[in-house]
Amino acid sequence: MTCIARALRVFLNLETCPQVKLVLPAGGEKDLLTCHIASETAKIRPYTAAAILRNVRFTQSNYDSFIELQDKLHQNICRKRQLVSIGTHDLDTLKPPFRYEARSPTNINFIPLNKQKSYNGQELMTAYESEKHLARYLHLIRDSPVYPVWYDSNEQVLSLPPIINSEHSKINLNTRNIFIELTALDETKLAIVLNIVCIMFAEYCEVPFTVEPVRLVWPDGKETITPDLSSRAMTASAEYINSCTGVSLSALEISDLLKRMTLEAQPSSSNPDEILVQVPAWRPDILHECDIMEDAAIAYGFNNLPKTFPTTNTVAQQLPVSKLCDVVRREWAYAGWVEVLPLILCSHDENFAWMNRKDDCTQVVKLANPKSQEYQVVRTSLLPGLLKTVRENKAHPLPIKVFETSDIVIKDSTAERETRNIRHAAAVWCNKTAGFEVVHGLFDRIMAMLEVPRIADEKKESAKFGYYLREIDG
Amino acid sequence: MAEAIQQLILDTLEKNEVIEDSRELILPGEASPAVTQDAQSAIIAALNSLLSRNMVSYEAHEILSYCLTPEGEQIAEQGSHEARVWAALSEKGGNPVSIKDLKTKVGDESAKIGQGRAFKSGWIMKDGENLYKAVPAIKDITQEEMKEVVATGTLQAGERALAELRKRKLIIQKKGQWYSVAKGPEFTTSTAKPETDLTADMITSGSWKTSTYKKYNFDAEGIPPNGGALHPLLKVREEFRNIFLEMGFAEMPTSQFVESGFWNFDTLFVPQQHPARDLQDTFYISDPAISKPPPKDYYDRVSQVHTVGGFGSTGYRAPWSDEDSRKLLLRTHTTARSAYMLYKLATRPGGLNGDKGGFKPVKMFSIDRVFRNEATDATHLAEFHQVEGVVADKGITLGDLIGFMQTFFSKMGITNLRFKPAYNPYTEPSLEIFAFHPMLNKWVEIGNSGMFRPEMLEPMGLPRDVHALGWGLSLERPTMIRYGISNIRTLVGHKVSIEGVEKSAAVRF
Repeated sequence: MTCIARALRVFLNLETCPQVKLVLPAGGEKDLLTCHIASETAKIRPYTAAAILRNVRFTQSNYDSFIELQDKLHQNICRKRQLVSIGTHDLDTLKPPFRYEARSPTNINFIPLNKQKSYNGQELMTAYESEKHLARYLHLIRDSPVYPVWYDSNEQVLSLPPIINSEHSKINLNTRNIFIELTALDETKLAIVLNIVCIMFAEYCEVPFTVEPVRLVWPDGKETITPDLSSRAMTASAEYINSCTGVSLSALEISDLLKRMTLEAQPSSSNPDEILVQVPAWRPDILHECDIMEDAAIAYGFNNLPKTFPTTNTVAQQLPVSKLCDVVRREWAYAGWVEVLPLILCSHDENFAWMNRKDDCTQVVKLANPKSQEYQVVRTSLLPGLLKTVRENKAHPLPIKVFETSDIVIKDSTAERETRNIRHAAAVWCNKTAGFEVVHGLFDRIMAMLEVPRIADEKKESAKFGYYLREIDG
Repeated sequence: MAEAIQQLILDTLEKNEVIEDSRELILPGEASPAVTQDAQSAIIAALNSLLSRNMVSYEAHEILSYCLTPEGEQIAEQGSHEARVWAALSEKGGNPVSIKDLKTKVGDESAKIGQGRAFKSGWIMKDGENLYKAVPAIKDITQEEMKEVVATGTLQAGERALAELRKRKLIIQKKGQWYSVAKGPEFTTSTAKPETDLTADMITSGSWKTSTYKKYNFDAEGIPPNGGALHPLLKVREEFRNIFLEMGFAEMPTSQFVESGFWNFDTLFVPQQHPARDLQDTFYISDPAISKPPPKDYYDRVSQVHTVGGFGSTGYRAPWSDEDSRKLLLRTHTTARSAYMLYKLATRPGGLNGDKGGFKPVKMFSIDRVFRNEATDATHLAEFHQVEGVVADKGITLGDLIGFMQTFFSKMGITNLRFKPAYNPYTEPSLEIFAFHPMLNKWVEIGNSGMFRPEMLEPMGLPRDVHALGWGLSLERPTMIRYGISNIRTLVGHKVSIEGVEKSAAVRF
């Protein structure tokens, strides 16, 4: 909520956007808290990052917010903890330096959050199977020979990512210094999530909007410092923005609009068309100049944009199959038949067994993950749908005369998508007698309307094209 | 007989102008006036028939009359109990009749009732065990009264006497009707029935000149014609198609329900980690399971822009899976097809008359089926129709998009539009379109639109200054609003009632 309130105030030019800064500990970079990363972690959750929030003042309300933010991030951008998972700890209960390792499950022992006794990694998997809110994450590490785990120098476990934190380092309303650790499969999202957590809560530090970085030491000896809250420099062209939106603004006017969207922007001194934009760490959604253009347009107001009409000159065109289809539909409606619109997906039986047809697996497209038995295959014929319509309309006076013109799908190994659609037309007559001659008559009618002559068979040379009927087996 | 009564009434009216009292009529074959209820019933039937032809008018009057109970009928025939008792006795000095004998002679009941009354009237006397006539002759008033009621339905003597007979349960009251009749507007002395239709025979015979005709009943319904019908959703589709064609759009070939992850998502710059690609939202195909590879150079450019960026973008910098790209699924939007058409536009080969190929300005549309693996309810099915429009040209702007929307929706009678920022992975900016619904008295969302991202257009090979605008809406929603349907299963699918299709009105935006 605080974020929206702040964004609104900036938008309404009531305040300028605060900058979140990294602040080193008193002794400088050499005193940074250090985390050593073991090489085995590459087997299970290779990416990690960390940060510290110093001298936080929690109230019940912002504490709840803090927990809720982690939950929301876990569910959304972290893709249910799979891509990134977050652990937050009371730093004062722990002794740095920390280690991020991956050990065999039985080699990990600790008292997990909200429990009284100690479990090893394997026991935890079993114990949490019955706890619904945690059981859904177990599969992320369960079958791995090594589980990821954070330790401090006293062999105290901080967390077993992405499952659970320890009871020992848990945060409460009195916590002052918070250690945040993240582990991940997606390096980009890792940075984004860490930035969001830090930036959202840095305002509750005693020195507001400050974050203390952490040093990570990798197996190959390389060192990185996280988080990286620096903004990115991007340039935007006023001409580009104007050509997309239809307005005519100067670089300065655009810069003012962008500031209201929390983007630090100013016109370039060397190029009157160019705008220099500092994209802050909490705007991972800015990928391209078009994202900057959108912010400018939003600040300008979509409903304020000039309403013009493109001069693009084109000639309308219908697809021949659509025109043909419309002829068939109309002629059959003129003949007194009713158009219906059954579903394209159906059950396997409806498409085969109930039609006395066999599935040789060369034709029908089958669905892998339907939510219902009704949707197992994509229809290869319009007839099941028409027959189902008749079944659902038993109260309708006889005869029932229904038709449909629409696509069916079959497999096609010559196509890039291994399938193709075919446009079909079908009609069903239902009465006290089967009345084949009636549908036959309807068929003759449409052939007549399409000027396809009736011929005896294709061997007759006089007929260049035409139609005839023959019995089929099955 | 009915005709004869009708004729009688008409003739009487012709002679006397009015019939004051229908009880005065003497029906054919009768000797006396039609005072009985049965006679009046026959008369009213005749009157109604004449009334329906506007030949007479009448007023009904109610009277009370009397008829005999079974006991009363017995008395009318055999005499009252007391009279029979008197008749069974002799005069004094004649044969004695004891009370017991009396019972034998006239029956227990008559003896009992008759004795009391006979004594009271002074007709008989008792001498010891025997009874004798007291007077030589009597007048059996009761019997006379019975006969009078039979004949006239009442007593001249008046209400007191009638009440007495009612008390003795010899008569019961009956309501009767009689009528006074006058000529009607179509009065004629001919009872011939009017014709209900004009026939070819009447014309050839010439009888049409002299026939009377029954008036048409304009309150009844005509005979409904026995015709066919088109489906209401497809009637709405036809209206949308016409709007697009009127604005110069070309129809996109969208007959391809099965798409690969590449064309449905990757080319549209939808990240491979996007939740919409999950199993719970998209139908994946088990057979066939994967597509053939798409054109390699294009595929490389697309995977590049996702993983490391390019074309001015930082990209998603997320892991890329070729397997995800090749997975076959049922398309979740026809925008997949729009992407394919834009790619084909960029790679259009050159032709005649100096046509160098490649990009040229286009306006394209499609209206076709899409599939979402969602739980179904009253307003959602797993398959529905998407309406989509795309305009691509050099330098077209958001202002053009808004102007376009104004024109497009005004052809449907919707003129009051507002736009709200939204998010789609493949458009930037994205705008939700709202219209003011006068009946619901609020703003409702009617569509989604935006400018396609450069990360989508440039890897296709479209020049940087080409902007592409897109907008879309579902077909079902405006149809449900237009026809007042609240459950989508009554509009799409096999549960739709055929009668509903037959009765659905024309669209007429």
